[in-house]
Amino acid sequence: MVTTDRTTTQIRVVEMAGIDKQFPGVFANQNIHFDLREGEIHALLGENGAGKTTLMNILCGLYEPDAGEIRLFGAPVRFRSPREAIAAGIGMVHQHFMLVERFTVAENIILGQTDQAILREPPAQLHRRLQALADHYGLKINPAVPVWQLSVGEQQRVEILKALYRQAKVLILDEPTAVLTPQEADELIVTLQTLAAQGTAIVFISHKLREVMSVCHRVTVLRDGQTVGTVVTQDCTEQQLAEMMVGREVNLRRQLSSAHSKPHSAQPALELQHLHVLSDRHLSAIQNLNLAVYPGEIVGIAGVDGNGQRELEEAIIGLRPSQQGNIRVQGKLAHIPSDRYSMGLLTDFSVAENLVLKDVNQPPFSWRGFLRPPAILSHAIALVQQFLIRTPSVKTRVGKLSGGNAQKVIFARELTRAHQVILAAQPSRGLDIGATEFVHAQLLACRDAGAGILLISTELDEILSLSDRIAVLYEGQILEIVPTAQADVNQLGLRMAGKQTGKQREMP
Amino acid sequence: MTVDLSLSPQQQAWLARLRPFAPILGAIVALILGGLLIRLSGVNALAAYLVMLQGAFGGGRQLTDTLLKMTPLLTIALGLTLAFRAKVWNIGTEGQYFIGALTGSLPALTFPDLTSWLLLPLMLLAGIVGGALWSGLAGLLYIKRGVNLIISTLMLNYIGILLLQYAARVPLREPNGFLPESAPFSSNAQIPPLFPGTRLHWGVLLAIGLVGVMYLLLWRTPLGFQLRAVGSNPSVARCSGIQTSRSILIALMTSGALAGLAGIVEVSCTYGRLKPDISDSYGFTAILVALLGQLNPIGVLLAALLFSALMVGAQSLNVVLQLPVSVAQVVQALLVLCVLTGTAIAQKQD
Amino acid sequence: MPWEQLLTWTFLISITTAGIRLAVPVLLAVLGEIITERSGVMNLGLEGIMLVGGLAGFTVAVGVEHQAGLVAIAPWAGLLAGMVAGALMGLLMAVLTVSLRTDQVVAGVTLVLLGQGLTAFAYRRLFGSVGKRVQGLDPVPIPGLAKIPVLGEMLFNHNLMVYITALLVALCWFMLFRTNWGLNLRAVGENPAAADTSGLNVVRIRYFSVMIGAALAGLGGAVLTVVQLNLFTEGITAGRGWIAIALVVFSRWQPVWALIGALLFGITDAIQFRIQTLGSQEMPYELLLMLPYVLTLFVLLLGSHRDEAPKALGVPYVKGER
Repeated sequence: MVTTDRTTTQIRVVEMAGIDKQFPGVFANQNIHFDLREGEIHALLGENGAGKTTLMNILCGLYEPDAGEIRLFGAPVRFRSPREAIAAGIGMVHQHFMLVERFTVAENIILGQTDQAILREPPAQLHRRLQALADHYGLKINPAVPVWQLSVGEQQRVEILKALYRQAKVLILDEPTAVLTPQEADELIVTLQTLAAQGTAIVFISHKLREVMSVCHRVTVLRDGQTVGTVVTQDCTEQQLAEMMVGREVNLRRQLSSAHSKPHSAQPALELQHLHVLSDRHLSAIQNLNLAVYPGEIVGIAGVDGNGQRELEEAIIGLRPSQQGNIRVQGKLAHIPSDRYSMGLLTDFSVAENLVLKDVNQPPFSWRGFLRPPAILSHAIALVQQFLIRTPSVKTRVGKLSGGNAQKVIFARELTRAHQVILAAQPSRGLDIGATEFVHAQLLACRDAGAGILLISTELDEILSLSDRIAVLYEGQILEIVPTAQADVNQLGLRMAGKQTGKQREMP
Repeated sequence: MTVDLSLSPQQQAWLARLRPFAPILGAIVALILGGLLIRLSGVNALAAYLVMLQGAFGGGRQLTDTLLKMTPLLTIALGLTLAFRAKVWNIGTEGQYFIGALTGSLPALTFPDLTSWLLLPLMLLAGIVGGALWSGLAGLLYIKRGVNLIISTLMLNYIGILLLQYAARVPLREPNGFLPESAPFSSNAQIPPLFPGTRLHWGVLLAIGLVGVMYLLLWRTPLGFQLRAVGSNPSVARCSGIQTSRSILIALMTSGALAGLAGIVEVSCTYGRLKPDISDSYGFTAILVALLGQLNPIGVLLAALLFSALMVGAQSLNVVLQLPVSVAQVVQALLVLCVLTGTAIAQKQD
Repeated sequence: MPWEQLLTWTFLISITTAGIRLAVPVLLAVLGEIITERSGVMNLGLEGIMLVGGLAGFTVAVGVEHQAGLVAIAPWAGLLAGMVAGALMGLLMAVLTVSLRTDQVVAGVTLVLLGQGLTAFAYRRLFGSVGKRVQGLDPVPIPGLAKIPVLGEMLFNHNLMVYITALLVALCWFMLFRTNWGLNLRAVGENPAAADTSGLNVVRIRYFSVMIGAALAGLGGAVLTVVQLNLFTEGITAGRGWIAIALVVFSRWQPVWALIGALLFGITDAIQFRIQTLGSQEMPYELLLMLPYVLTLFVLLLGSHRDEAPKALGVPYVKGER
């Protein structure tokens, strides 16, 4: 646990008052109040969809507010474009990095900041300058490397350096630790504390309570687009913050699923043997992976995003070829995709059509080469009722549903097709607490009904609360498989960062 | 220098009200712009449009001409509707039309005395297969080697046109003829009229019938469902067990087949022999027809009718008011531009 | 086939020399389209834009030469007019694809048909059926270099537009890869969101690139009518716009390779001209006319250049897409 120096000055760097922002059909921000002081690390806390990113996109000039006022060092400002915000000293590190992969680190940093339209600065000189800047802030980077060769943590450092190069007085970080290992996250926090000590005001967008409590001076909680309140972290508890986020009492104790040591049947439901899979760049994404999932258990694959989860998922469903090895599925596989809009749902098609997407050319949905709309509709109506999908009608376009309801459509479709195995990848990504609870309940119910479930998730809490056994995936290899009851969170964190102790221990 | 098109909430509300009328408003603007061009050429715009209207619909003969010209446009555009719905950008229908005309002419020239009952279906089949294979070639290049469909269909366009040119000039040329054309088709090889005394032939009915077929195919069959799914989001389609390569190939070959069909029908009915000049840019114009028709078979029917009326009307405009026939092409392009612009503005949300 | 006549040095030199000249219109269009596509926009309307530039250039050249009697500057006035006309078409394309976010393939094809129709219409109205001609540009031998045996005749005895275009290739390369302007433009084509949040004006950059590209295509059309053929007829470009689009892919969006591709086209064009006059009736000269298209297909077949394309090519940019 890192300690933070909690002294702050009273200088208000940023004040946002009465901010409204509306998108078609959605009030992203309503009457938001937010202020930021010099040298503080201020968390913006809230669930997915609470309006945190929208608010900060307004501050960094991507959007203009429908109403409200923004003051910078006491003077009212209005940013019509990111350029104006950058010039005023606002720097943002987005959740999805805004880097041109084909360019070098140096080219990315100076992008848009060059005075000369024509002549470029000689690379040697430029690299020296940038290296000096990076060293000043304790950031380790190599200016000459093309960005696509960097790790996620390194790319994030480039993003931060970009903002610092532009003399940012305000640094906004959107879910910065979501893509980092615990060790990289610690390094980031040290960097942020250094910056804060030098007077930079930092906004830390997050939904992770523990992080916020340990790192930030103050927290502003948003819920459903509105400000719930701003508190000093020293003066409140995790429990209080959680309740502010959700609006009701929340049980934070993780429910460890019961019936851990169920006797396994002999045949695995899903078996991966000596699996080798390549990434899009023809590098090794999965190396010699061996794993068995038995009926009636949930095996959770933990790991930081980018260690081969996507390639593993695609290989199992047959979307990506494997170079070597076997994938044996005993029976049919149901798939809850990690990216519902690029793998699971057609946003232009209706709920009913999405529900029959995989079986549309089979009876009862088709007969003698023609579709049977009555059968499709009645099927949809039944599923909508069974899974409590909130939609105006079964003919509504899926793109209009909320994330949680869209995920329910996927669950409804997948779990009602005959299946013996479930592959659930990031099942609660982008969902609020209520939808997440639904997802978890469904998976546990399926497990209890005898399905073998492979759960891939970057949320360690989710893995811990659902899995019977946990495997850690690091750089395409499984480093360890342990029963959850014997799992040590710190140990798992180390494994996720790649620390190995001898050979892979496999549990029968 | 840039055009700033961001809108206030009031303006957005107005747009929401106008949205359903966007295509019609766009069409009106296009006609006005076309009128301006006509005016600039020293001719009264209203008079010009009236002459065109007369020329297209003014009588039995005119109506026949319009329907006859509509046939190839409609046939090709229906195939493109299918292709574009699957996001398959087949812009090679001009070449596929020519190849279909070429392959369809082979039975006609080889068996001129075969009875119509056998010869005509053979010709149509040959045309369909020719067009399908020509577009399928581009599909193969895409699936096997990743060659961009837009480029490959484009290149095959000109290769197809030149192939026909060569064929008509050398191997299939009329013996002892001095024009680079084939011998005229025998009466067995000409598609019969709908009823005696009219120039309307069965091809017209076929094209109109295809409207219903295409509608059924796209919205009432699993195949159409899958093609539309591939067009909506190919990666989701793939994850749902739909073979996207197969779908792309089907979309391509179907649109090529229909273009080839249009080719042989036109050669058989309108030209009566194989010659290098058998298209009024039908292949390219059909792209606009499909888009103007909002990729909906009924809309495509109306758009094809409108475009053919413009082309036929322009001919009488040429005779009566001495305006170049290319005015039709200008108005066609303006129509698509203005309707696209209107629809885009109406859908703008920021 | 009169092979003996074909495989002589004289023949080869003459087709190379002619090929260099014939390559200019296409090369200009390819350079322009490379700039446009490097910023992420695919302008398929080149065929129509070249026609419009060709007619505008021809009309102005005729006016200046015959009406005003200024024979010397007439071709330059025409070339300038071609560029301006092209830029205007480019403006239309930019409004459609960048501001209104219409599908780029649709907008491009429509622009082609608009260009074809407009030029056919305008030419008839302006000139009727009288075949007007213009003087064009005479070859300007480069002193000293033009005297080199073989190479001198091939490379250094061309009209000024050839030299200017060659310089433009170098300039295009320099601007794209050695200036900040080029860096910004390529950033917009690779990752417009990154460019936007870095403070670049994506809309402005794309407008510029589309208009510059179209201006170059218009210039190419004007070179075709004013300098090369000295006349205008309907459809005079005969598919050069489409070839330019193919050559952009062939050249992997690099100006130097564009030069090579255009040269290949020019040389095959020169060959089929010559062979048509030499050969007999039976000879399939159409097969030679097909050569540029077949060649392009072969080149595309041999290597997949998909990974080299600007990442955001063809995708309209929507601010802050959620």
